[in-house]
Amino acid sequence: MFTNPFHDLSGFLTPAVMQTYVVLMFLAVVAGTIIDVIHKKSAQYFFENAQKAKQSAKRTLSTGDKVSVAVSTVANEILTSSEFCNPHRRIAHLLTMYGFIIFVVTTVMLIFAYTPTAMAAPGIVVALWHIGALMVCVGGYWFWFKIRVDVNSEGNPWYRLVRADLFVLSLLMTTTFALLWSVTQGAGILNMLFFVIFVAAATTLFCTVLWSKFAHMFFKPAAAYQKKLTKADGSQENLPDLGDLSDSALQARYPDIPTYMGANPPYMGLGIKRESPNHY
Amino acid sequence: MPTFVYMTRCDGCGHCVDICPSDIMHIDPTMRRAYNIEPNMCWECYSCVKACPQNAIDVRGYADFAPLGHSVRVIRDEEKGVIAWRIKSRNGETDMNLLAPITTKPWGTHIPKLADAPAPSQEMRDSQLLFNEPKYIRMDDGDIHTLKSNKLTMKAGVYY
Repeated sequence: MFTNPFHDLSGFLTPAVMQTYVVLMFLAVVAGTIIDVIHKKSAQYFFENAQKAKQSAKRTLSTGDKVSVAVSTVANEILTSSEFCNPHRRIAHLLTMYGFIIFVVTTVMLIFAYTPTAMAAPGIVVALWHIGALMVCVGGYWFWFKIRVDVNSEGNPWYRLVRADLFVLSLLMTTTFALLWSVTQGAGILNMLFFVIFVAAATTLFCTVLWSKFAHMFFKPAAAYQKKLTKADGSQENLPDLGDLSDSALQARYPDIPTYMGANPPYMGLGIKRESPNHY
Repeated sequence: MPTFVYMTRCDGCGHCVDICPSDIMHIDPTMRRAYNIEPNMCWECYSCVKACPQNAIDVRGYADFAPLGHSVRVIRDEEKGVIAWRIKSRNGETDMNLLAPITTKPWGTHIPKLADAPAPSQEMRDSQLLFNEPKYIRMDDGDIHTLKSNKLTMKAGVYY
């Protein structure tokens, strides 16, 4: 059903040019991220914050503890985007994230492994390339039209653009026009137009790391890991400890709890959080 | 001292935007994270601090009880029905934890059903008493309750 779209391209672009482009984009992301880290001083902030947390730590974490915190960060915050409280936003993010990863990996496979050789790309790789792009489109457009636009409370129309949209818009343009370019193979000038927009959007996506939120995929996991570490070592970023309300020592310290809530305080359910926010 | 947001903690959910009575918590158009657009207009009501599910919002407390370099943080856990505060001094020597109930019954289960209450009679309308008086001020339970009637006295040094 699907064919390797990059194979048809090799008529006027040699595989070496395509590979050079991919390497250049990879280097642009690396350079953009490093400049971003230096410019925003985020690494310095994380380091200083970690040192501060260490000073107020109540227990020292062993390497095993740190590894288990890292594993839990990977399993929750990274692989399943658990930090989002809005389930719609979480699903949209997961679709976009996994779609993007599948799209990038299969693009590299197609360009480096199959396009230079006469070997036809396996159907599964080509299908995954399309599915990845489609997942980004579903998650991204859902975010763009339903989650991002805040028409109710801010009166912003869907076509209002701000700098925060640079990342999501260039990502959406990349995958949308990649799909359009793929399905219009052999359509002459229209196909070429889609290809030009696809490449322009991809170049924008990978070369604007300093100005877009592309680098969030690197610093958000680091922030989540540090947050979990502060919980594990007891420093808790100076947040109070709630404890177990039915604990007798806690009740002796805070007599208002048993006086007004009883010896075994019930589950109170959701109060103001019953209503989800209308913003983003 | 107005609120500020730890950008690495915020996920841009918008709870603070919805709850801010001054409407000054907004989502940053570049980073899509919350921020206080006008610190001068912040009442320091702590609504956003308590509503934030990520504990990403902080306020520097007043200098009279917490000098510079201190930390005053709060967690409002509505599922447990409590609020917890922690005040920590700059050198860490003072580290106070406070815990208090914010509800005694599950949320939303004991809302008075005013629509089901019988309509007031003409006599009640003409009366000077308000709805459910004297029941709500317990005047039907042995007149007005005072410190004296409850055998209580003012404590020296405590202002009520």
